[in-house]
Amino acid sequence: MAQSLTRLKETPSQTAGPYVHIGLTPNICEISGVYPEDLGTRMVDDKTKGERITVKMRIFDGTGSVIKDALIEIWQADADGLYNSPSEPRGKADPNFTGWGRQASDVETGVFTFETIKPGRVPFPDGRPQAPHISLWIVARGINLGLQTRMCFADEEKANAEDPVLSRLEHQSRIATLVAPRDGDTYTFDIHLQGEKETVFFDV
Amino acid sequence: MRNARPETGGFFQRQRNWHPPAFAPGYKSTVVRSPQRAPVSFGNTLSEITGPVFGRAMLGELDNDLTLNYARPGESAIGPRIIVYGQVLDERARPVPNVLVEFWQANAGGRYRHKKDGYLAPLDPNFGGCGRTITDEDGNYSFLTIQPGAYPWPNGINDWRPAHIHFAIFGHGFVQRLITQMYFEGDPMIWQCPIVRTIPDKRAIETLIAALDMEATVPMDARAYKFDIVLRGRRSTMFENKLEGN
Ligand SMILES: [Fe+3]
Repeated sequence: MAQSLTRLKETPSQTAGPYVHIGLTPNICEISGVYPEDLGTRMVDDKTKGERITVKMRIFDGTGSVIKDALIEIWQADADGLYNSPSEPRGKADPNFTGWGRQASDVETGVFTFETIKPGRVPFPDGRPQAPHISLWIVARGINLGLQTRMCFADEEKANAEDPVLSRLEHQSRIATLVAPRDGDTYTFDIHLQGEKETVFFDV
Repeated sequence: MRNARPETGGFFQRQRNWHPPAFAPGYKSTVVRSPQRAPVSFGNTLSEITGPVFGRAMLGELDNDLTLNYARPGESAIGPRIIVYGQVLDERARPVPNVLVEFWQANAGGRYRHKKDGYLAPLDPNFGGCGRTITDEDGNYSFLTIQPGAYPWPNGINDWRPAHIHFAIFGHGFVQRLITQMYFEGDPMIWQCPIVRTIPDKRAIETLIAALDMEATVPMDARAYKFDIVLRGRRSTMFENKLEGN
């Protein structure tokens, strides 16, 4: 036996369950009056710098059905590539941009809608610029550990081609699962939990 | 802030076998919702190392009191009054200060205030079921609530959830984000639950069971349960491979 390293183990995850919205977006499930508004619904205000975009996401299960009881949180840099976080060592991000959003999907259509801005580029640890991207965290009934992935932008072909994360994927054919096509100001990101088109999820 | 400079190092690799696997057929909903390919690993970038923080200014006075935050004036939620408290730590056993902790639960009868919950147990007009707080400088949090009831759920024909409180915890980096559930010491329902049993290691399950703490109990008012939460630990700086503690 050697000395103990006195490390603790991370608390194990448990599913968010079917009623995650009671806790995290209570106003959309008719629990009003507890919080003035649901956290994370507004990422931008009138003064936010950058190109305004709408991101629409859907999640499909292994049968091809749209999931309607999930919750997605997103995290992204501001227009200059800075994160609005105390752990951001490079400078102060746009104070009018939170960088963080949380949404439940529309109960009828399963579409998640984020009103945000296009993020700037953020360096990889070795200094190479990453492609503009939005980080996602997905929780729902039937998901035992929150799923982590990234959304990239289809109109950033050059940046995507040189992105250090995308370029290290063993199966380059799967890059397409992380790239959202653009139509006007709207990007559409379809997430597939299983099957041929299964989205690349990350262990980061 | 206790730490003059926020830490910016990458997070320790997640021990995925300590968590439930994505595919756990005893919990039927995982069957069509579990990714089948291996997740792709890469070292943390600033996108993973940074994360949102929330100021105490956003908290309402009753956000950490579920007995009152949905109740009509002069009334309160029905059920055994309990205090749930604990400390948010990281894997290096350091307190995680100033992070948002959110929680939600069924009422004392085991019924959620949700359109999709059709359990026979009645709604409590004075109970909404959500609350939140922010850890103090030492990572401590606490809230007042009522003990939730066990409830049946459609999985097997006779599966029941033990009494539990759902927790969602932010860390200081986006990949510390964690959702879990807290159970109650001594509850025989814990060990039969298919969701609990998605966790492969009994020792891991035991870390989700809050201990009854008679010393923290408020006499003639509320019993206390202690539930500590551990988030992923990190290296101290991003750009150097300095030894921890430097
Ligand atoms: Fe529950």
